[in-house]
Amino acid sequence: MASNNIKLLIKYARFFILILLFSGFSLLSPHFLTFPNQVNILAQAALLSMVSYGMTLAIVTGGIDLSMGSVLALSSCIAASFLKSGNIIDGILIGLIIGLLCGSINGLSITKIGLSPFIATYGMDWVARGLAYVYMGGTQIYGFSAVFRFLGSGQFLGVPALIYEMAIMTIVLVFITYKTIYGRNIYATGSNKTATRLSGVNTDKIIISIYSINGLLSAIVGLLYISRLNAAEAVIGTDFTLNSIAATLIGGTPFSGGEGGVAQTFIGAVIMTLLTNGMNILGISSYWQNAVVGFVILFSLFIEKTGKVFNRNRLEMVPKSK
Amino acid sequence: MSIKNDIILRLENITKEFPGVLALDRVSLEVKQGEVHVLLGENGAGKSTLMKILCGVYKKDGGKIFIDNKEVTINGVKDAEKLGIGIIHQEFNLLPFRDIAQNIFLGKEPRKNIKLVDVIDRSVMYKKCRELLDSLEININEYALVKDLGVAQKQMVEIAKALSSEVKILIMDEPTATLTKNEIDKLFNIIKQLKAKGVSIIYISHRLEEIKMIGDRVTVLRDGKYIGTVEVCDTSTDELVKMMVGRKIENLYNRTYNKIGKEALRVEGLTLDKRIRDVSFKIHEGEIVGFYGLVGAGRTEVAKTVFGEYKPDKGSIFVFGRKLSKLTPTEAVKNKIGLLPEDRKEEGLTIKMSVKQNIVQASLKKVFPSGILKEDLELEISKKYIKELNIATPDAHKIVKNLSGGNQQKVVLAKWLLTESDIIIFDEPTRGIDVGAKAEIYEIMDELAKKGRAIMMISSDIKEIMGLTDRIYVMYQGKIIAEFDHQNYNQEEIISFAIGKGEKHG
Ligand SMILES: Nc1ncnc2c1ncn2[C@@H]1O[C@H](COP(=O)(O)OP(=O)(O)OP(=O)(O)O)[C@@H](O)[C@H]1O
Ligand SMILES: [Mg+2]
Repeated sequence: MASNNIKLLIKYARFFILILLFSGFSLLSPHFLTFPNQVNILAQAALLSMVSYGMTLAIVTGGIDLSMGSVLALSSCIAASFLKSGNIIDGILIGLIIGLLCGSINGLSITKIGLSPFIATYGMDWVARGLAYVYMGGTQIYGFSAVFRFLGSGQFLGVPALIYEMAIMTIVLVFITYKTIYGRNIYATGSNKTATRLSGVNTDKIIISIYSINGLLSAIVGLLYISRLNAAEAVIGTDFTLNSIAATLIGGTPFSGGEGGVAQTFIGAVIMTLLTNGMNILGISSYWQNAVVGFVILFSLFIEKTGKVFNRNRLEMVPKSK
Repeated sequence: MSIKNDIILRLENITKEFPGVLALDRVSLEVKQGEVHVLLGENGAGKSTLMKILCGVYKKDGGKIFIDNKEVTINGVKDAEKLGIGIIHQEFNLLPFRDIAQNIFLGKEPRKNIKLVDVIDRSVMYKKCRELLDSLEININEYALVKDLGVAQKQMVEIAKALSSEVKILIMDEPTATLTKNEIDKLFNIIKQLKAKGVSIIYISHRLEEIKMIGDRVTVLRDGKYIGTVEVCDTSTDELVKMMVGRKIENLYNRTYNKIGKEALRVEGLTLDKRIRDVSFKIHEGEIVGFYGLVGAGRTEVAKTVFGEYKPDKGSIFVFGRKLSKLTPTEAVKNKIGLLPEDRKEEGLTIKMSVKQNIVQASLKKVFPSGILKEDLELEISKKYIKELNIATPDAHKIVKNLSGGNQQKVVLAKWLLTESDIIIFDEPTRGIDVGAKAEIYEIMDELAKKGRAIMMISSDIKEIMGLTDRIYVMYQGKIIAEFDHQNYNQEEIISFAIGKGEKHG
């Protein structure tokens, strides 16, 4: 059947986009294909992808987490002051605990109070960002110890530490989401919460845990980010929330929940980074860059929809030619 | 009789293929004007698919459709509507967050002109809706949101929706599956009125007794093939069953009454606002206990409260003599209680997921004690149940949404059989299930009782509940108002209690 070929094409569309971007930029600029630039792209993708994994988990359960960027800022700012004064371990632990705390508050207000994920995390976004400003009082903290700086900007065997960290995180999350009972329950909750609860799964617990993991992921990325910048201030990380939604959508995880996943989001994050990196090399203005990213998001949603049409085999969904 | 002998609709050699299944293989069908034409066949025989082709939901791969002897092309729902074809779907297609009037008049709202702007005429819409509901004797507020309705009420709204526009051919795909006697009577009256007006009705149902009551002719499908068309008046039910399943079904209800064991479940003074009032009962090992009553009598609420989905205001639940301190579905499953809910699409299944994933969903911890999923094991287990329950699916990977209604129900059954629960609640287990499969399910329930499981069975089918249970509790307006032992079953008496006019004789 002809529609089978189309289905296949749609399934691997993201790889085609990836290859297309790759070869396009390589032809246009000799710098693009150099080893340092390729490593640089992956390192840039690292932070974005880790935040996006959290966003993906929230979206798979049928929710969203709008607080990730601000939780990232709050946890890393507070951590930074401890990193400066005390020892590294304390600083890291405090950062992680704050992230976890914000995340679990999100989870609790969604399940126990019954706020929609959008509202709950939008509120947290303001609160966390506000607290970060209050805590920093307009100042910056900079100049961390060499050991801490290694985490975000060090290299091992010529490859940035960030790439190893991303690899580990990706493998762990892919394993958890596709291979464990917990992962299965995340997808089941996202597909049909009532039926999953009536199968004896504590869906509230699943949702609380997802948002807690998101808080934790935000804190981890926050720490790596300030380590890379060698500075912390209250305004950092504002782009992360929206960019991670973009990476999730480009990767092919739909807002309806129960489908998609972390592996797809990895591809989404790489596409996002490739786009920005390539356009930077070509000297395209950042206004245009935004527009292009938007276009790619819309394009992925379009393929998603067309894919559904062919899957459903339903007449009404096919665009009318009349 | 108003049956004129002209053929109003003719389907010729309709073929439809889905990935892995030939759902329809050159099926033909002729419908006369003003007749009730029953479409009969096992689960997955292709009845719904044929009807969806007729009303433009699916595209046919081959064959022709004639209306009034003229060939027509149906390329979408709108085309079918223009040709006067209406359908009441097997699955509900209502918008949960809209009210009843908005659902009924969706896409054909009455309009009016205000200062040359075309707007929806709300007052006319609600007035027309009320009239329509009244004419069908449906006592639901037209402003009620669909999400707040029970299944039977949703079904009545679907019926009203189909009747809101002029139709020549009306398809009813298992309209009575979710209804009780009272509403079924109303529906049959409506059907008779439509017939008198010359409307042709294509009627799909697994309740064979209904065929005699309203059907004129019957067409039987099996495995996507046309088997034959017969007149209702000169065909016996046994013959129909034989055409349908290809063999004879001896005895539908074969119950071996066991020696009753220990008390498995005891419920004391259960109260849930006005829906359940002071309900107490017991179920023992090896016993099947029926709950009979009208829709809204509170049977499903009792089941869901026992299962921990609703929090009772008062009352306690004991499992093997031990009082449950925490009531949640998770606790219930831990205490080896299982629930096959009545609304399989919303509560029993995650229809976006595959057959195998649904089968293991309630037993994940048992099947994979390490917490790590093993594909092979999952596949092996689901294959076993697919075979045992005769689930019609090309493989275990098929998305549940694409199974026929009856086969979806079997997946829910497989899911709870796998948990090996001690106490199993069946809420309308045979709804939408063909006779062959019904016999299989009854056999499984009997087997479970033999193994000492305690079974609570909610059913609106009086024959089935009397044929299968050890005891029956009759519920009326949230209360248990009578209890019968199987030696003293009396159909009239049980029904009279259920409608609130009960009096015990003898
Ligand atoms: N959208 C679909 N995609 C794939 N397969 C489908 C789809 N719809 C139906 N089928 C398959 O086609 C066959 C016929 O299904 P259909 O729903 O017509 O059965 P039915 O006679 O209505 O059964 P039931 O009495 O259980 O409702 C089944 O094997 C079913 O799995
Ligand atoms: Mg059907």
